[in-house]
Amino acid sequence: MNSSLSKTLAIMRKDIIAELRTREVIVSVLVFALLVIVIFNFAFGADRTTMEAVAPGVLWVAFAFAGVLALNRTFIPEKDNGCLEGILSCPVSREAIYLGKMLAAFLFMLAVEAVTLPVFALLFNLPVLSPPIIITTILATIGFVAVGTLFSALAVNTRAREMILPLLFLPVAVPVIISAVKASTLALAGQGWGDILSWLQIIVAFDAIFLVVSYLIFNFIIEE
Amino acid sequence: MAVPGTPAIKISRLTKSFNHRPALRGIDLEVARGESAVIFGPNGAGKTTLLKILATVMKATSGDISIEGFDLKKNADEIRRRIGVVSHHSFLYESLTARENLEFYARLQDIADPAGRAREVAAMVGMTARLDDRVGTFSRGMQQRISIARALLHQPSVLLMDEPETGLDQHAISMLWSLLAEGGHTILLTTHSLERGLELADKVIILDRGKIVLEKPGREIDLNSCKQAYLELTGDRP
Repeated sequence: MNSSLSKTLAIMRKDIIAELRTREVIVSVLVFALLVIVIFNFAFGADRTTMEAVAPGVLWVAFAFAGVLALNRTFIPEKDNGCLEGILSCPVSREAIYLGKMLAAFLFMLAVEAVTLPVFALLFNLPVLSPPIIITTILATIGFVAVGTLFSALAVNTRAREMILPLLFLPVAVPVIISAVKASTLALAGQGWGDILSWLQIIVAFDAIFLVVSYLIFNFIIEE
Repeated sequence: MAVPGTPAIKISRLTKSFNHRPALRGIDLEVARGESAVIFGPNGAGKTTLLKILATVMKATSGDISIEGFDLKKNADEIRRRIGVVSHHSFLYESLTARENLEFYARLQDIADPAGRAREVAAMVGMTARLDDRVGTFSRGMQQRISIARALLHQPSVLLMDEPETGLDQHAISMLWSLLAEGGHTILLTTHSLERGLELADKVIILDRGKIVLEKPGREIDLNSCKQAYLELTGDRP
């Protein structure tokens, strides 16, 4: 296996083992996401028209803020005991570190979304487990973690890191959140792929741009 | 392969400033292959900063560094393959076991058999029996032993050690010092213990306020003269 790829996978695997053991990220993020949809479900009552109108927004508010919570934790274990210095003193490209951390965050977010979506379908009685919404969720999550991993590395060295990350991350992630809400709205309204596709294209473009940009500038962020 | 005929470590006119506050002020130093250089100095002298720059985890403000003939600015990865780093921090993940930590770092070092090498280095530091315990359950001294094992994973030719005896009991310190004395590595080590440092030192360096104020062969300096020089040069009791 290519050395850089094997190191990327080693970093991802290490994060997954640590998370499976502590469940620090997944449990807190999942509880948060579920609380958001339960609260909104009670707030908007049982009126189906209102539910259909607000559901995509509720879903993506839950995912976006849960994502911030998860991404805030991405680099904290690397600061404990100076682990990041340990990795940096090994012959590992900074890009491999970025990709490894990003892939782990992506899998954590997918796990949270895989539980949240069925609960959302049950509470809101809406067909959110449809292929267009699942594809939208996966594509938007790629964009989320691509930007979020970069900003998480930037924020971890600051004192007010819990505040800094959402301030940096959410404005940049707005295009992907808006596109995901729009694509979900169209999917729930029963529109065909043709209409949804234009929003998915925006998400894919966002993913591609921010994956490349984050990959390229991570080196400058991580050094000191 | 290392570049033959070059010193193991060569530092020229090295400076480092934090927000315009100088931490290292023109360090020039050479350490020959297989030599043990021990750096003494009070807190804030720049010892850790110097080692972090050599370990490639911090950038210098100016100056040149080569390790085994490789320029740090151009060949950082070649240098990373040749250095083993022990710091104040253990570099270990507390939620992972000692084995998982060692195998993780072995994979980052491109070691062909991470599991086998993890067992070997754990045996070297007397931690075989605790390999499957989480690092978070270890005492500071046990963490330091695994940290030393981690630094030896890829059989580095140069060891950069920042107070490696931190947290170790007397038995473990003796074991570490024997490992270092018999290992044939080039060593650059900082310590506050003049006695221990002098046992190992082929070269004695005193660093104060970012400058080397004394550099002498270890054989030319005994404990009392070292204490005296330290007091005179730094104004601080060793």
